[in-house]
Amino acid sequence: MKRELTLTINGQPYTGVVEPRRLLVHFIREEAGLTGTHVGCDTTSCGACTVLLDGRPVKSCTLFAVQAEGHAVTTVEGLAREGELHPLQQAFWEQHGLQCGYCTPGMLMTGAALLERRPDPGEEEIRRAISGNLCRCTGYQNIVRAIQEAARAMRGAAEPVSAGQGAAGAASAARGGMVP
Amino acid sequence: MSAVQATDVIGQRIKRKEDPRFIQGLGRYVDDITLPRMVYMALVRSPYAHARLKAIRTEAALAMPGVLAVITGADLEKAGLAWMPTLAGDRQMVLATGKVLFQYQEVAAVVAETREAAFDGAEAVEVEYEPLPAVVDPFASLRPESPLLREDREEKTNHIWHWEAGEREATEAAIRSADVVVRQDVVFQRVHPAPLEPCGCVADYNRGTGRLTLYVTSQAPHAHRTLLSMVSGLPEHMIRVISPDVGGGFGNKVAIYPGYVCAVVASLRLGRPVKWVETRTENLTSTQFARDYHMTAEIAAGRDGRVKALRVRALADHGAFDAQANPTRYPAGLFSICTGSYDFPTAFAEVDAVYTNKAPGGVAYRCSFRVTEASYLIERTMDVLADELGIDPAELRRRNFVPPAKFPYRSALGWTYDSGDYAKALDLALETVGYEELRREQEERRRRGELMGIGLSSFTEIVGAGPNHLFDIAGIKMFDSCELRVHPTGKVLARFGTRHQGQGHETTFAQVVAQELGLSVDDVIVEEGDTDTAPYGLGTYGSRSTPTAGAAAALAARRVREKALKIAAHLLECGEEDVQWADGRFQVQGAPARSVTMKDVALAAYTNPPPGLEPGLEAVFYYDPPNLTFPFGTYVCVVDIDKGTGDVKVRRFVAVDDCGTVINPMIVEGQIHGGLTEGFGIAFMQEIKYDEDGNCLSGNFTEYLLPTAVETPRWETARTVTPSPHHPIGAKGVGESPNVGSPAAFVNAVVDALSPLGVRHIDMPVTREKVWSILRSHGIRG
Amino acid sequence: MIPAAFDYAAPGSLPEAVELLRRHGEEAKVIAGGQSLIPAMRFRLARPGVLVDIQRIPGLDFLAEEEGVLRIGPLVRHAEMEASPLIRDRYPLLAETASVVADPLVRNLGTVAGSLVHADPAGDWGAALLAARARVVLTGPGGERELALEDFLVDTFTTAISPDEILTEIRVPAPAPRSGGAYLKIERKVGDFATAAVGVQVAFDADGRCTAAGVGLCAVGPTSLRAREAEAFLAGKRFEPEVLERAGELAAAASSPVADTRGSEAYKRDMVRILTVRALARAAERALAA
Repeated sequence: MKRELTLTINGQPYTGVVEPRRLLVHFIREEAGLTGTHVGCDTTSCGACTVLLDGRPVKSCTLFAVQAEGHAVTTVEGLAREGELHPLQQAFWEQHGLQCGYCTPGMLMTGAALLERRPDPGEEEIRRAISGNLCRCTGYQNIVRAIQEAARAMRGAAEPVSAGQGAAGAASAARGGMVP
Repeated sequence: MSAVQATDVIGQRIKRKEDPRFIQGLGRYVDDITLPRMVYMALVRSPYAHARLKAIRTEAALAMPGVLAVITGADLEKAGLAWMPTLAGDRQMVLATGKVLFQYQEVAAVVAETREAAFDGAEAVEVEYEPLPAVVDPFASLRPESPLLREDREEKTNHIWHWEAGEREATEAAIRSADVVVRQDVVFQRVHPAPLEPCGCVADYNRGTGRLTLYVTSQAPHAHRTLLSMVSGLPEHMIRVISPDVGGGFGNKVAIYPGYVCAVVASLRLGRPVKWVETRTENLTSTQFARDYHMTAEIAAGRDGRVKALRVRALADHGAFDAQANPTRYPAGLFSICTGSYDFPTAFAEVDAVYTNKAPGGVAYRCSFRVTEASYLIERTMDVLADELGIDPAELRRRNFVPPAKFPYRSALGWTYDSGDYAKALDLALETVGYEELRREQEERRRRGELMGIGLSSFTEIVGAGPNHLFDIAGIKMFDSCELRVHPTGKVLARFGTRHQGQGHETTFAQVVAQELGLSVDDVIVEEGDTDTAPYGLGTYGSRSTPTAGAAAALAARRVREKALKIAAHLLECGEEDVQWADGRFQVQGAPARSVTMKDVALAAYTNPPPGLEPGLEAVFYYDPPNLTFPFGTYVCVVDIDKGTGDVKVRRFVAVDDCGTVINPMIVEGQIHGGLTEGFGIAFMQEIKYDEDGNCLSGNFTEYLLPTAVETPRWETARTVTPSPHHPIGAKGVGESPNVGSPAAFVNAVVDALSPLGVRHIDMPVTREKVWSILRSHGIRG
Repeated sequence: MIPAAFDYAAPGSLPEAVELLRRHGEEAKVIAGGQSLIPAMRFRLARPGVLVDIQRIPGLDFLAEEEGVLRIGPLVRHAEMEASPLIRDRYPLLAETASVVADPLVRNLGTVAGSLVHADPAGDWGAALLAARARVVLTGPGGERELALEDFLVDTFTTAISPDEILTEIRVPAPAPRSGGAYLKIERKVGDFATAAVGVQVAFDADGRCTAAGVGLCAVGPTSLRAREAEAFLAGKRFEPEVLERAGELAAAASSPVADTRGSEAYKRDMVRILTVRALARAAERALAA
């Protein structure tokens, strides 16, 4: 039943001998020993286990490790580069975007993926993007603020002059409303 | 982190010292702990709410690969561990014997080499039940024909206790003679704190040392150690409880759960570390719920709106065991804060508690004991009175506030409010939201047939338990503590009996200590949660940390300063009476240029102490608060209702809080955002429901609904500052005010929107369907 | 919660996958995104003996309009439908549906085809694709067969698929000129299944009269439903308020909801009425704006 499995996590290969029913989140936490990815529910609801699979945020509790073989997984431990915090990590710290810290790794992964795709997201767009991640402490407001601040910082790093607030509003409007 | 000037540390928005580990995935929560030879435990739980246990067969489970042991209630009974005391003077089954009393009750524990094998083993345990009729409704439970639930008790009734406060006759008389009396039934539904991290532990009994180390999700590690010692018979010094990083608590992690006891038993039996981490389903169906208070309030008033008396009755549903964590003298907690912010000449409150076939509890969920129920009741009923009298709810509140001149104020139900300026908070809230303009808009919209509502809540909380002559849990007085060690280089290790779960103690307590010692926040490290190293304390819940441990921090630091002053005098070569502490340093009176810093003193304490003085620089302070603290505020909520779907949209929410001296405004704001969001969830979606057979219908996050970023409104916060006169730095607790004060603001806003239809009350959660059915019953088709 | 043990196979081709299904029969289950299956397995409500993972089969993630038909491959994820410029520009009904399926993280893994095969009446795609008159292609040992989505959805969690078949394509007729669609959903919160939802697709002639209407209902019957009477009633009509109101009533009458934690029968039925009216208005606005 068990099989040997090698996964690439944060650019490093990790090998484990596991049953096919081993959930990716347990492989990450136990075979790879990367405990930043958390488990908060059993119904694919909370997003505490969010990791990037080939750059896209997914719930690692709803994926078997075998399914991820050969794909690139990124966890919160892979966000900082060469000792430098990711701008989103920095912004969560600056903006008090976390309290107990349990949802934080998942939120960071979802937020980082959003900023890869959308350099200037508006508030509504951010709120939708993180709606698969539950937080019980912050009320989300400072998380939204942190993602906005990180977006500014990242744009600032990419282009010397920061784009204005107007673009954020336009991006949000372009997406359109979906609820009745 | 940049260095902060020593003299103005309190009141600064300082980035949290705890955050670097959390943002890098380097926090250490219970489930992150892995020990050599560790095994896993899973629990077998009852599918029935009420049933006799006929047989438990463990052979098949024991034959499964990897399964090491199966523990049943019968096994525990032999060791005298089948039952354990609750924190409320009742007892609770660890593993069921005889019968089960709620669905998902713990029936057996399976220990295996892997998590998978433990689950497989739990599935293989065969249990035979004989179902009994379940009692779900607390009122039905009190009827004589109701089945007796707790056969183990001497009292052969489902009634647990009766509690009352105030003046029964005077209140009755005032109600009889009043111009106006309003009466409202209000249910505060059963909810669950649902911290994002479920509960769990790793129990590690070492046969070589004879010591048990229990890593556990605990808001109160010392209380857990003492109680565990009492339950297990292990000597207390042979138990070390470590509560590592805690992923949210909100009251859910105060109690000792059967799973912890089973893991300890398993570790003792196997001599191996045993990990048990509950699933979310287990968390929601078996651990501490909150509320489930069925209340009636009556207010007597004059035509001018002046209140004359308040009478309150409540029925408290505690489920299968009275497992709340309340102070011994207060079975209904601080429910008698129900007179709120208003100057009631007289009042009477009584509560009866009852057993049902539901999960045991109920804990204070992000509030001090039963304060949310009380605050919601009075703030809801004041609106009913405003409606009855045709007086604007803001005006009615203003007319009845306890005036600033009356503080310290003795309430009709016996509390002494420390400080308050309620009108100031109300005024600021009304001004911030633009109240007059909103009322005009509302009138305009009503003419167009639109439904818009404005809801207020001017709450008063009671937190920081508490004075030791009144407050204890299981006999242990509710003090809290701080131990400070100033190292030779002027760096400080500060340890506390509290245990934060996101509240930011590592930063705010460091700010208090730094302020008192003239140091930088960077010079202070805060440690909590290890009973081997922290001074004894009662833990973190009920917004008590800042009122108790925060005070202990200031007073321990002042104790350090007393000794430091002697050393400073020695260094300054003058008499102690000539040295003063000013601007964060020791100065010679009249010659401020001659001074030494705490760093200078710290070094001297170890290298050059004055003759005759003990070397070293440390202090411990156990703080017995002279009174509780009474935070307050006014919240205003504005809603718009969709007549088609019944959807309630929160357009604006303004929160004005007064928690006395603010240590770190950033953290206070964060606490308020979070509490408002929980209040929002409770008002509109959170509810633990049961069907008539006692099956829990809300056992996971697909049915126990927590708001996401999309539903959550944007919060607008402001504050007034009315320091607590008895707290060393004037601070009050704040983490829970927004959860206590906000449910009434939300519901009041919805009721206000619907008041032209004659609506006076809607019970929470205010679902779309509840609103829709009101609209349709008034012929509004959408 | 931990799933019961199973065997795992990841075939590299469709014939190989079909052969695995044939060999294992009822024991086997196809997994694509797994966002419905894995949660069920974690609660041990589903206990397949063998999982056949089709994600490693190349070429199954096509999404293109060809010869008047939108072809959706079995590995197209909700998020791809949401982000695709083609879908956003030409199929607003489907774009809107994609944006309210579960939550954004689930949408990154879950597939449209998987959702249809799961056949949960509360799944959003069934209603939307019924409104869009979609057909499905099933591939088994004997080759391909195509059937209307209506005929595919047999009952709650039950479809016309055989244990040895794989849903290999969804076919949606390309929109006619002057057509538009909309999907409206009442959910208790993001991530919840619908309390009720309605998908509509309408087309008009140059006079603004409706030439074709599709109305699909979600979570108000044993399967996703078509509101046929409402569809027939709308044909030939201009979308005046009374017309929409009547269509809403007909759609409500076509629903057969059951009470649950999301709402009573009466509430759900009334929501079908409200959402139908609103969705038709929105779809018409889109159709006639172009």
